[in-house]
Amino acid sequence: MKRLSLILVLILVAASIVTAQDIKVGGVGPVTGEAATFGVSTKNGIMLAAEEWNAKGGLFNNRKVRIIFEDDKGDPAEGATVYTKLIQQDNVVAIIGTVMSKVTLAGAPIAQAAGIPMISPTSTNERVTMVGDYIYRACFIDPFQGTVGANFAFRDLGARKAAALFDIGNDYTKGLAENFRAQFLRLGGQVVAFEGHPAGATDFKAQLTKILAGKPDVLYVSDYYNDVGLIAKQARELGFKGPMVGGDGWDSPDLVKIGGTAVENGFFTNHYAAADPRPIVQEFVKKYTAKFGAEPDALATLAYDAANIMFDAIKRAGSTKGSAIRDALKTTNLNVVSGQVTFDANRNPIKSAVIIEMKAGKQVYKTTVNP
Amino acid sequence: MGAIFNAQQIVNGLQVGSIYALIALGYTMVYGIVRLINFAHGDFYMLGAYAAYGAFFAFNALFVGKTGLMAFVVLIASMAAGGVIALLANRLAYKPLRYKPKLSSLITAIGVSMFLEYFLSALPAVGPSYRSFPDILPRVNINLGNAVISNYVIIDIVIAAVLMVGLTLLIKKTTLGKAMRAVSQDKDAARLMGIDIEKVIAFTFLIGGSFAGAAGLLAGMTYPRIVPYMGIQPGLKAFIAAVLGGIGNIPGAVLGAYIMGLAETFASAYNSLIGEGIAFAILIIVLLVRPRGLLGEKIADKI
Repeated sequence: MKRLSLILVLILVAASIVTAQDIKVGGVGPVTGEAATFGVSTKNGIMLAAEEWNAKGGLFNNRKVRIIFEDDKGDPAEGATVYTKLIQQDNVVAIIGTVMSKVTLAGAPIAQAAGIPMISPTSTNERVTMVGDYIYRACFIDPFQGTVGANFAFRDLGARKAAALFDIGNDYTKGLAENFRAQFLRLGGQVVAFEGHPAGATDFKAQLTKILAGKPDVLYVSDYYNDVGLIAKQARELGFKGPMVGGDGWDSPDLVKIGGTAVENGFFTNHYAAADPRPIVQEFVKKYTAKFGAEPDALATLAYDAANIMFDAIKRAGSTKGSAIRDALKTTNLNVVSGQVTFDANRNPIKSAVIIEMKAGKQVYKTTVNP
Repeated sequence: MGAIFNAQQIVNGLQVGSIYALIALGYTMVYGIVRLINFAHGDFYMLGAYAAYGAFFAFNALFVGKTGLMAFVVLIASMAAGGVIALLANRLAYKPLRYKPKLSSLITAIGVSMFLEYFLSALPAVGPSYRSFPDILPRVNINLGNAVISNYVIIDIVIAAVLMVGLTLLIKKTTLGKAMRAVSQDKDAARLMGIDIEKVIAFTFLIGGSFAGAAGLLAGMTYPRIVPYMGIQPGLKAFIAAVLGGIGNIPGAVLGAYIMGLAETFASAYNSLIGEGIAFAILIIVLLVRPRGLLGEKIADKI
């Protein structure tokens, strides 16, 4: 009996020595449920990044990274459970996740309390990083897109009179429109109309007629694609020929299906464009497409970037201690697919956005706008 | 004020109003005859849009180059779908409760509405996501100087007008119409006169549902995206329009619908942040001053 337990102890010790070589990092995303495609893309992005680091010999001291990926099902309660499991049962040193802001907001306090650094690839809600000093994100937050949209409209399109239309029931579209207006005015432009519409509306002609009476050079539409399609169609019907600008809510193949040719001469801000000529983008698109059989979307890209930012921080920390990784994250200055990333005091990334143009029913990379 | 009260805004309001009018007619007919507020009515509108969508893709290949004929087939499909489902809802859900307390029918109507929405969302062929509606007819914009009218606006208004006139003739001139009026006035007396009231009620659902189906097609063409929940809001607005005009009164429903459409448009143009609130405030004021609605008949309390 004594000998048996001695052997057992030896096996356990040996096992822990072997696994101690690997650095365990948690990954979280909604692989099933309402946002399943988001979760799959996120997992793919993280796995690809981990594979590349391991092929180069690991994070530090030849220690490889091992991803333990959990499904949060897009549900905050489930999110809290898997964060706890990763931290307490799997003893991960850091977490990359998760996608939806509401779920990230459930998981972040758990990571913060345990002193485990985490980075969310795509949660845009401002409150996420305010949870605490261990919480970072890889995507820009909503207000930034409005600012970039205004810069682009004023400088690149040469617009001097702008109008905005947004959904009054949605903080995302409202926030973008408000930031667009603020920046456009700051640049010296004129905002001739600032109109809202109720959530779920299908007829926008009352607002558009009023907007077009002010003869704007550009129309800022921060809605999601299915509303943008209808708005574009009705604006063109009422005789508006100028450019329309929007945010990443436009990023869907359905935009053209609903809006048809009306969305031509439309531009939107996005995290990344597959056609961006920067070598790091092209290399990533090639590798991702070869491995997963589809072009990476913004979610896959940001997950890949988030993983790289985290691995880079662990490498620079040269330690698996939470506080050391946190301090390394703070001084990040890394070239990733979605741009050159540094962090501000609120742990939000400072990086460029791309402008995508709708041309002949396709998304075409237009330019990169710096903050 | 030029941007708010002008010819273009009137056109915008009339277009919104014609779709409300077609839905409101069904609400008001059913209420007039069975005193039931059929909350599933907005979903017959949604089914009409989906039937048109399905018919377009099923028959498109047969009618290449014949867009007029195609549009007619699609219109028939949407009206048939709205009408048949309304008929089934009446037979399966409302008829068994006909002589039970009114509240039971009302709750059942809400149940039928939810069933249709969620059942369609669960069907793989329909699904819960938005679908883009095809351009059945080419879009043409007609510039009138101070207003732009698309041919879709004209089609909406014309189809709505034709169906409304047809309905009025049916009710005023035919035996069936006479029977409908009799049932709406006094069910028991109508039955004693040998009128098959269940048949009349079924017919009312068929017509009301088919009008809602046609409205669904028009909405799909005008606002080219459809979703199983698309009927909820227009259904509510049309219900309010029917109440505004005087529920149970056919010209009242049409008048109420156009007032709603115009009020909503002007209110949104005046201040888009509280736009819809203004439209509903007008409704509340009208009903406070004239509780039976604009054209509603004064009905003595039934003992």
